[in-house]
Amino acid sequence: MRANSGKANIIRLFNVTKRYGGKLALNNITLDIKPGEFIFISGPSGAGKSTLLKVLYLAERVSEGQILIDGINLARVSSSKLPFLRRRFGMVFQDFKLIPSRTVFENVALVLKVAGEKPSYIKKKVMHVLRVTGMEKKANQLPLTLSGGEQQRVAVARAVVSEPSIILADEPTGSLDSESAQRVLDLLLGYHQNGATILMASHNLEQMALFGKGRNIALEDGALKGISTILC
Amino acid sequence: MMRFLSKALTDIRSNRFLNTITIMTIALSILLVSVFMLFFENAGRVLSAWNQGGRAMVYLSESFTPAMLPNVKEQLMSMGGIEKTTFIPKARALEQLKKEMGSKTRFLSTLQENPLPDAIEITMADYNNFDQIQKTAGRIEALDIVDTVEYGQGWLGRFFKLFNLFKMTGYAMSGLFLMIALFITANTVRITFYARQAEVEIMRLVGATDGFIKTPFYVEGLLQGFFGGVLGIIILLTGYLTLSSGISQNLSAYVYLDIHFLSWPAMAIILFSSTFLGWFGCFISLKQILK
Repeated sequence: MRANSGKANIIRLFNVTKRYGGKLALNNITLDIKPGEFIFISGPSGAGKSTLLKVLYLAERVSEGQILIDGINLARVSSSKLPFLRRRFGMVFQDFKLIPSRTVFENVALVLKVAGEKPSYIKKKVMHVLRVTGMEKKANQLPLTLSGGEQQRVAVARAVVSEPSIILADEPTGSLDSESAQRVLDLLLGYHQNGATILMASHNLEQMALFGKGRNIALEDGALKGISTILC
Repeated sequence: MMRFLSKALTDIRSNRFLNTITIMTIALSILLVSVFMLFFENAGRVLSAWNQGGRAMVYLSESFTPAMLPNVKEQLMSMGGIEKTTFIPKARALEQLKKEMGSKTRFLSTLQENPLPDAIEITMADYNNFDQIQKTAGRIEALDIVDTVEYGQGWLGRFFKLFNLFKMTGYAMSGLFLMIALFITANTVRITFYARQAEVEIMRLVGATDGFIKTPFYVEGLLQGFFGGVLGIIILLTGYLTLSSGISQNLSAYVYLDIHFLSWPAMAIILFSSTFLGWFGCFISLKQILK
């Protein structure tokens, strides 16, 4: 099954299979994603949602098949080139993955520092993103002094600060209460409306409705169970 | 670079206990090496002073006549290892003796003939190498016209043997302590790295290169090494100032002692070595961890 085949695809998967030992985590997935699309990856626990995201940002290499991101074949990305590929993505995780010993500002600024941006630009850009995410006043606090919802907003700020064209979100609201989850989704929605391609893994199908037009990729036991268009 | 430096200083402060131990270990190792360097520098200077810059006296046999001098000098210079020759006729030697002995020379006037031999004072090129001195002296002594060669063979030989023994011990002890310091530095980096593993993983996720991740560790290693070196030199200087005044006061009346603290080049070498040690410990650890 090939979805949305057409020109100018930003992400293309060809018969992607990932095995852990003898166990299939992804089974022969073929998929095309256009720039600016919202892709909702759904399925029960163990369906392969996180693995699909992991093979995209090369936390894992595929066992078989090929992936193209913006025309770059991931199989040919060497470990020395990997950091530069990752800078194309913004990533949000269920467990936030913030550095506990660094302030909110430093956590967000890290993305720009590794890219070698100037300190004056970093300060301006980070404060702007923190303002948008409502975390400006907590810029000097350490992540562990924040609530889960606030930490996830910092994680979203970090994901978008470099204005990546692709945002990968792995269960971003999985550990949040409904109010915090709503704020995080609103933020992602805002960036999606600004043109970012978003791939969000979630088992909460109700969240799909928020994003308006998009596609739902349903996975089960690592295989593509179905692709449906969301029209709200 | 300033960003990495300030980050490294912050990390050293936040991991105070581990870093203090590492810096102290480096300081102790450097102290030991410095003690040996201090000894060798001073012993070398005292030795060359005692040896008068490699001077030796070649006493000529009674059959020597001044007409033979150019030929003898040529023979000596052709042996190699001799920088300079100065002929001292026996008459001048006697005059010199009289001058040096001052009022105690009355007995010399009772002598019917000059008992001193003609001599040639030679200056050897490689006078810190006792084997070389011995070989050159032996070759000179083998000449028919030469009676004996005097170069302080008794005490100089014993001193050189002792000096070489100290040197070997110094090398071995310094090597051992530097290895220990290297091992401890490498382990500190390893522990620090594992303590920051989550941070490193996050840095990787946001696109940090290996260089960006490693640099703070290297800066930290360099700083540890540098601080260890400075501390080692300070301890040595304190010890030197305390001991040297006592030694000079008690012994200077008996022997020629010209004790100095380490020269600037020696201190620069020590600081460079300790800084390199910190860096190398880091290099070994990161190479293993990030391979």
